[in-house]
Amino acid sequence: MNPASTEADVLAEVAWVLMVGGFAVLTATMGVLALALRRGRRPVPSRWWIVGGAAVPATLLAALAVYSQARTAGLDAPPPSGALVVAVTGRSWWWHVQYREGGVVTANELRLPAGRPVHLALMSDDVIHSFWVPALGGKMDLVPGRINRLVVTPHTPGTYRGACAEFCGEQHAKMAPHVVVLPPAEFDRWLAAQAAPAGPPRTDDARRGQRRFTDLGCAQCHAVRGHAEGADAGPDLTHVAGRLHLGAGTVVNDHGALADWIVRVQQLKPGARMPAGHHLPADDLAALSAYLAERE
Amino acid sequence: MNTLPRPPDELPALREAWRMPTGWRRLTAVNNTYIGKLYIATAMLFLVLAGVLALLMRAQLALPDGSVMGPGTYHQVFTMHGTVMMFLFAVPVVEAIAVFLLPNMLGARDLPFPRLSAYAYWAYAFGGIAFFCTLFFGVAPDGGWFMYPPLTGRVHSPGLNADFWLLGIGFIEISAIAGAIELIIGILMTRAPGMTLARLPVYAWAMLVVGFMIVFAFPAVIAGTMLLELERAFDWPFFIAERGGDPLLWQHLFWFFGHPEVYIIFLPAAGLVSALLPAAVQAKLVGRTAVVVSLAATGLISFLLWAHHMFTAGLGGLSMNLVSLASLAVAVPTAVQVFAWIGTIWRGTVRLDTTMLYVLGFLFTFVFGGLTGVMVAILPFDWQVHDTYFIVAHLHYVLIGGVLFPILAALYHWGPLVNGHALGERAGRWSFALVFGGFHLTFFPMHVAGLMGMPRRVSTWAPGQGWELPNLLSSIGSVVLAAGFLVVLVEAVRTFHRRERTPGNPWNAPTLEWLPTENFGARSTPQVTSAEPLWDQPNLSSEVEAGQHWLPGTVTGGRETLVTTPRRAALSHLVVLPGPSWLPVVAALGTAAFFFLLTVKWLVVAFAFGALAIGATVVWLWETDRAPDEATAKVGDGVVVPVGAAGVRSHSWWAMVILLVVDGTVLASMAFAHVHVAMAAPVCPPPGAALPDGAGWSAAGFAASAIAMALGGRGRATRRLGGVAIAWTLVAAGLAAWAFTGLFQQHAAAHLDPRATAWGATVAALLGYQGFHLAIMALLAAVLVTRIARGLATPRQRATRDNVALLWHGACAQGVVVALLPHATAWAMA
Repeated sequence: MNPASTEADVLAEVAWVLMVGGFAVLTATMGVLALALRRGRRPVPSRWWIVGGAAVPATLLAALAVYSQARTAGLDAPPPSGALVVAVTGRSWWWHVQYREGGVVTANELRLPAGRPVHLALMSDDVIHSFWVPALGGKMDLVPGRINRLVVTPHTPGTYRGACAEFCGEQHAKMAPHVVVLPPAEFDRWLAAQAAPAGPPRTDDARRGQRRFTDLGCAQCHAVRGHAEGADAGPDLTHVAGRLHLGAGTVVNDHGALADWIVRVQQLKPGARMPAGHHLPADDLAALSAYLAERE
Repeated sequence: MNTLPRPPDELPALREAWRMPTGWRRLTAVNNTYIGKLYIATAMLFLVLAGVLALLMRAQLALPDGSVMGPGTYHQVFTMHGTVMMFLFAVPVVEAIAVFLLPNMLGARDLPFPRLSAYAYWAYAFGGIAFFCTLFFGVAPDGGWFMYPPLTGRVHSPGLNADFWLLGIGFIEISAIAGAIELIIGILMTRAPGMTLARLPVYAWAMLVVGFMIVFAFPAVIAGTMLLELERAFDWPFFIAERGGDPLLWQHLFWFFGHPEVYIIFLPAAGLVSALLPAAVQAKLVGRTAVVVSLAATGLISFLLWAHHMFTAGLGGLSMNLVSLASLAVAVPTAVQVFAWIGTIWRGTVRLDTTMLYVLGFLFTFVFGGLTGVMVAILPFDWQVHDTYFIVAHLHYVLIGGVLFPILAALYHWGPLVNGHALGERAGRWSFALVFGGFHLTFFPMHVAGLMGMPRRVSTWAPGQGWELPNLLSSIGSVVLAAGFLVVLVEAVRTFHRRERTPGNPWNAPTLEWLPTENFGARSTPQVTSAEPLWDQPNLSSEVEAGQHWLPGTVTGGRETLVTTPRRAALSHLVVLPGPSWLPVVAALGTAAFFFLLTVKWLVVAFAFGALAIGATVVWLWETDRAPDEATAKVGDGVVVPVGAAGVRSHSWWAMVILLVVDGTVLASMAFAHVHVAMAAPVCPPPGAALPDGAGWSAAGFAASAIAMALGGRGRATRRLGGVAIAWTLVAAGLAAWAFTGLFQQHAAAHLDPRATAWGATVAALLGYQGFHLAIMALLAAVLVTRIARGLATPRQRATRDNVALLWHGACAQGVVVALLPHATAWAMA
């Protein structure tokens, strides 16, 4: 109910009209019922109750249908040609995100420019999910075998949390996408940075971490562009350190969060497809987190 | 009708015919009042069990990062809560109340198929309890009560959990359909003479509409569950996109059932309110005709708006707008009923007892929930709140407020019919305060949580999103609500354990269920001249009790009830009803065990129980098709009616017609699946699949089989059937077998592989469904031939022959469709 896009503005207006109208109708109906409960009233002829009971609601509902159609006619129109196209693929239980511009691949977080229409192309590789960021607009299901469309035009910079709205199995509750709306110039800088491959590891620990990343099998699921290509069963980690959360909104990506995630993933998000690294030697863990912490 | 005094041995003979079996043999009782009470009590047990699951959920969600249970357990709990509430409480309880209430309200001695109601009850009880127990072994379904694939497919749900849902619920639906057929026939054919449709109680109208809705809605989900179970068991990809299937196909089938389902639950509750309100305020219902029209209109419109559960599935465009309009339109007939109730209250005098409190609580809560329903019918609003706690709030307002409150009102109103005692008022008021207050404390905050972005079906939630207060309030409210139910429960158990006495008519109610009754219903079946007989026919109670009206005793020495014409309720004939029997119990146990053991893959034992069920059913059918010695019955002075009837005047013939409608709707749902995946394929049939040659021959074979069956029945109205009839029956069976074998071989020759494409899977499913019919036809042909050979197919004992022929014609017509449909679809696509 705190809209941050032009589409969400419309939805919020409709919602307020409905809530105020609904409250008015409830009050009026209960008022009639209260009058009916008084004793000693003269009976009203049956036909007035029936005509009133049919005609008043029918008129109100017709007016409501016209209003809602008129107000929302353009909302499911095709996106304008200048729209930013982002493909979002639902996975159990995270969001694979790919920008058409620059081929940027990321996970669970979308950064979007304020003031420009965004065309979200929504797909699923496994089960049905539903992408929903309330501040930006309605939700849309991600259905295997289909490409669904959601168009939003964010107008207020900020960070907005969303959710998966269709029950999708064990970790349905921990599958929150985040959307960060940026001023256009800042967005362009971010997109350019994301398009770049990972820089070389800078410390000894990180260099060792890069080798362990491959040796331990992390690279079988996770790609780090420039270092380990191709795999996409898990989130792309090329710029993982710059993300706000890990595990699709499960934990805040602050200092030490990466190491904690590697060790305790099955406690933090039981059933996640990533095996827990609680058996890892301390030095391996330190090396891996040093390596990943540099992936900004 | 009948002169007084009645012969002294008349009443004892009637009592003897309807005597309740005692001891262990109580299990064999088929009396509607007895089965009805058991049925209601069992449904209430499931309400308590599913309510406990709800409390567990509220415990988990009371605080952020709840750790009462893990996500796996939580998902089983919420799936079972929804499934048990919908399939094991709501649908059964509305049918159970009707089984208990309707025959007396209609002036009938019992329902027309007492053993069928006993079977429906026992199948539900055995199956439901076994289904619930899966929770204790951690193998309960966990894919949501809506069971969306691909999540519930074999890849993402490899365990038995989903199978328990598909097989368990699949057969509880069979029990619901059996109940619906029973109620439709009961309402249309066994009313008291003079109870024309214009005088039919509004509650009976509601149940009639609901019966027809069940007949058309449940087959869709039966077809859906069959397809999903086939996909899970044999990898037939109906819902797998990579092989041409479509996950949304399930959603269409499920919600084509699932939305009418909501009204299947609500309309009976609305009927209860319309029935008890006139007694409660001592005034006739305002706009009786308009209320009946509204019930029917709601039933019809509810079949047009299943897709409003799919507003965010990306179907898009005009169709969604039309569904949105239909969803708004359904509010109008509901509003008409609400104002009819308010008008009735206006017209009458209100005494604020517990019944009335629950009615008022219902009106407030249901109007509130109806208005949020209008809100979610508006597409842009639904895009925001769909699958959030706002919907959870909305659906509980309409289901608890709209259904459970009326049921509680009904418990207080009709309670005296159970054993003559009304439930206590003091406890009643406490229960209302706790239930009403607890309800709104639980569910109002859920609207807020939903608007703040809290999605449904989450096993836990993260702090810092503003959801703390609404969730805590909901959890506190749920405890208050549970306390309220506990008060009702304790009071009900206390009251119903008191010594039995006659209830009289404590509320001065206008309808026939308040006549003095025993096991056989009213002593004599009243001649009705008004829609409010007990108000307009002042001496009716004493006349009926004295035996002054129709059928004051038993003519044949057995259980009997009068059959009247469907519209005018003119006397037609007398039917002899079957009495207590182990057969329905054994058949129900066999059916439940068959499905349950099939799920856990104990195939041999499962099929043994299946055979037991079939054997018991055959014996049962064999026994019930018998004509008593008396060809006519004197039911009043100078009024003689036939005993039993054949063909279109027989109640069993019409029941079979309704069963064929159910069967045809299952086939139509599977045909819809075929057309749906065929139209989604780029070419039809898809690459690698081919259409068989010679389907026309098979279609002709089925048609010829139907003709042979018809020829086998010539002369059945005038003479005993013999060798010629046996020969034709065997020819008919042979032709059907030949047609089916041919069809099967043609498909095999065309390399039909059900696992390769969804198209092939739908064709194979249609073929399999026809094969199931063929097995039933073979069994029935054997029964029929045996009966004819034994000389039991006589003009007065025709039910077996007539109904087998009817089913035969339906199955042959389906065979023609199954043979030709793939060709027709491919031709239309080309």
